[in-house]
This record gives sequence, structure tokens and C-alpha cells, in this order.
Amino acid sequence: MHAAASLSQCLQVQRRVLHALLMRQIITRFGRENLGVLWLVAEPMLFTLGVTTLWSATGMNHGSSLPIVAFAVTGYSSVLLWRNAVSRAGAAVESNKSLLYHRNVQVIDVIASTIVIEIGGATCSFMALSALFIFIGWMPVPADLLLVAAGWIMLAWFGSALALLIGASASFSPLVERLWHPLAYLVFPLSGAAFMVDWLPARYQSIVLLLPMVDGVELLRQGYFGGLVHTHYDVGYMALVSLALSLGGLYMAREAGRRLEM
Amino acid sequence: MLSLHHVSKRYHTRQGMRAVLDDVSFSLERGRNLGILGRNGAGKSTLIRLISGAERPTAGYVHRGMSVSWPLAFGGAFQAHLTGLDNLKFVCRVYGVDYRPLVPFVEDFTELGAYFREPVLHYSNGMMTRLAFALSMAIEFDCFLIDEAMVVGDVRFHERCHVELFQKRKDRAFILVTHDAAVIRMYCENAAVLHQGHLLPFPTVDAAYDFYLQSIAAQPQAQEA
Repeated sequence: MHAAASLSQCLQVQRRVLHALLMRQIITRFGRENLGVLWLVAEPMLFTLGVTTLWSATGMNHGSSLPIVAFAVTGYSSVLLWRNAVSRAGAAVESNKSLLYHRNVQVIDVIASTIVIEIGGATCSFMALSALFIFIGWMPVPADLLLVAAGWIMLAWFGSALALLIGASASFSPLVERLWHPLAYLVFPLSGAAFMVDWLPARYQSIVLLLPMVDGVELLRQGYFGGLVHTHYDVGYMALVSLALSLGGLYMAREAGRRLEM
Repeated sequence: MLSLHHVSKRYHTRQGMRAVLDDVSFSLERGRNLGILGRNGAGKSTLIRLISGAERPTAGYVHRGMSVSWPLAFGGAFQAHLTGLDNLKFVCRVYGVDYRPLVPFVEDFTELGAYFREPVLHYSNGMMTRLAFALSMAIEFDCFLIDEAMVVGDVRFHERCHVELFQKRKDRAFILVTHDAAVIRMYCENAAVLHQGHLLPFPTVDAAYDFYLQSIAAQPQAQEA
């Protein structure tokens, strides 16, 4: 590699490295045997079916006329979007360290490929699950597809930015990953997956909306249910947090690459 | 040409910063070679990782005016959950080479048989070493970086490595690091000694050899890195 490679050469190397890493990740993430990629859809489907059964059996309809299946699908899918990418990214550098012996494979490439796989996987799973449930009549058709997409993209951005930051920071200290896992469990019930902000007392609403994923899920559900729900969200705030996380993540990824010791 | 300009490397340790390499400079022309002698812990593998670009120097810079391999050492540069074949595909994709024509060579060289399609984590050390070597031979580089760790394995493997590297690719440049002075004498036209963080050049391989043997005799064994 010459010192002064042109931009197009760099992009070509970048493309090759990402492709190689994606192919590598697909094999270990989904395996070659058993259900493989099908687990992408099967896992959230099992969860959704469980929640639906539980809620229907106990007669908990949350005091609203919301279609319960659609509520569970939008909730759990958005959790997958920010949780899986971050959790996987936390271990990405450590488990791919040997590949960093290749000069062109950088810390940020390893994390980026993990994020692409997880966000892509969560997106496929959401689409497949929705299509299936809509087809068999368990879920209504989304009211506003564009707004659903906007909510999804915002959640994906937030998840990716957080994953980059956590993934890169994890290579400085194993503490980062250790802390992330309990934190993820703590945030899960607050993430908006299992409630609507409107159901909360007014004074808690603004507090819970400080969690960017809550804004994202509300936006997503506004798109999905339309006039059926009354939602609260601040896209500008969510974008600002995601932008800050992205910049922090990029900085940490560069530092991690510089300070990496094999 | 490959050149290092005032390269230093310091690591964080529990006792504070520890300088492994201090102001190392040298250059290597295409087709030439250099043997670097150093005792265990002298910083040989660190130097190889810096030259390859796997790690960055703390100060100074490395200029690679020709394509430089990754460190040819056993173990590194693979993903243990992937099969031998998957690792070949990975390396080929990273370096932009079609893997298909290379499969027969790698299968033949590694003699892995059915294990070529099994995850690397089931391999013995010998099998891993053969795969590591075959993968680095699969991609053509102008300059190969050879860590002494390559010199594990049986006589037959040494023989085959010798043929691939020093006969079929004798037009290429290489840098070989080892603690074994005899290996340097056998393969290298120039030699240097890595001593207390400094790279000391010598006019002849024999001069480097003599200095190295004296330095071993004069000092107790350095600590393992």
C-alpha cells in the first residue's frame, strides 16, 4: 500500500474489507447449520407470541383498544434495534482481534460490520414478522409507512451510534461491556417497548422522554397506529443525542485503533 | 522501498510506560532482505507488527513503498470459529484476490484433508502453522515479514516453507526476526541486532552474529515480553 493512496483506492479497500468482514460475521452469527438466519425472525416471533398470549390470558389490555400483537411487535423490534447492535459491538473487537493483523482491517471496520449485520437483521426480522402477522390478520396495516420508516431509521441511527461508542470504548476497558449488560436490562422496562408515554403521569413523561429510544418508539408507533394513539416525542432531541454519540463513537474508534496492542 | 523513520514504541504497563523500541530507523530496497536478531523480549515481534501496520508506532513513521505482508507467524491473523477455507476466503477478500484458484495450493500445502473445512479451533498447532503459512503464500507481496514463530513444525514443513519462500519467491524482499543466529546466517544477506530497544546495524552478518553472541554471554536472560 503506497502512502499516498487516492480516495478511490481507499474506498475500494474499504469496500473489500467490509465485504470480507460481513461474510465472516454472517457465518459465525447465524452458523451454517440448523435454522441459521431463520432465527432472526424466529426469536422475536417467539417473544411476540409469548407476550400476546400472556396479555390476552391475563386480560391486560392496558386500558386501551390498541391491537396487542402490533404493540408487542413494534415494541420488541425497536428494542432489538438498539440492544443487539450494542451488545454485539461490545465484544466485536476482542473476538476479531486476530483479524486486525491485516493492516487494512481497522477497529472501526470490525465494529461497523457488526452494526450492519445487527441492524440489518433486526430490520429484516421486523419486516418479515409484520408481513406475516398482517397477512394472517393479527396486525393492522401501518397507518403511515413513511413515519414508521422515519421512526425505524432514527432508532437505527441511535442504536448504531451507541454501538460504535460502546464497541470502541470496550477495547480500552472490559469494564465498559460489564456495565453495559446490567444497564441494558435496567433500561429495557423504561425503553417504551411495553408502554406508551401517554399512559404515564404528566410529570414522568418528560423524564422518560430523555431516553432517546422512547422518542423513537413513540415516533414508530405514531406511524403504525396513526390516530389510534396519542404520542409524545422530540425528533430533534433524539437526533442531537445520536449525533453526539456518533461523534464520540468515531473519536473512540480512532483512538482505539491507535492504541491497539496485540 | 520500505523504510522506518525514528520509530519508537512505548506500552502502558502496570509500572508505567515501558519503551520497547527507541528511535529505530532503517530501509529495505525491493528484492533485498534483512535479518534481525534479538533475544526473547527484545521487541522483535513488536517491530514486525509496526512494520506490517498492525500496530501504530508511538513516535516516528513507517513508509511502505511496496506491498508488505502481515506478520507470518503461527496463530495470528485467523478467526478460530471459521474453517480453514473460510479464512482463505476472508484473507483473499481483504486483499482483493480471487480465492478459487488458490484452493488447490492451500489444500495441498497444508495437508489438512477434511480439516480444511472444519473450524480452526479444532486444529493442532502444527495444522495452524501450516495454514498460516499457506495463507500468507496465497497472497503475493513484495516484502514478507517473517517472525521466528514460523520456525515451529517438523522438518518436512521447514523444507516446504523453505522452497516456497526462499526458492520460489527469492526475488522478493523479506525481513526475518529471530533469536536464532544460525537461521539469519543461513538466509539473510544483511543483519542487525535489536538490543535494549535500539536497532544496531552491522556491515556483515558475521559481525552481527558475533555481537549478538557476546551480548548473550554478557547479560542474563532478558525478561519475556
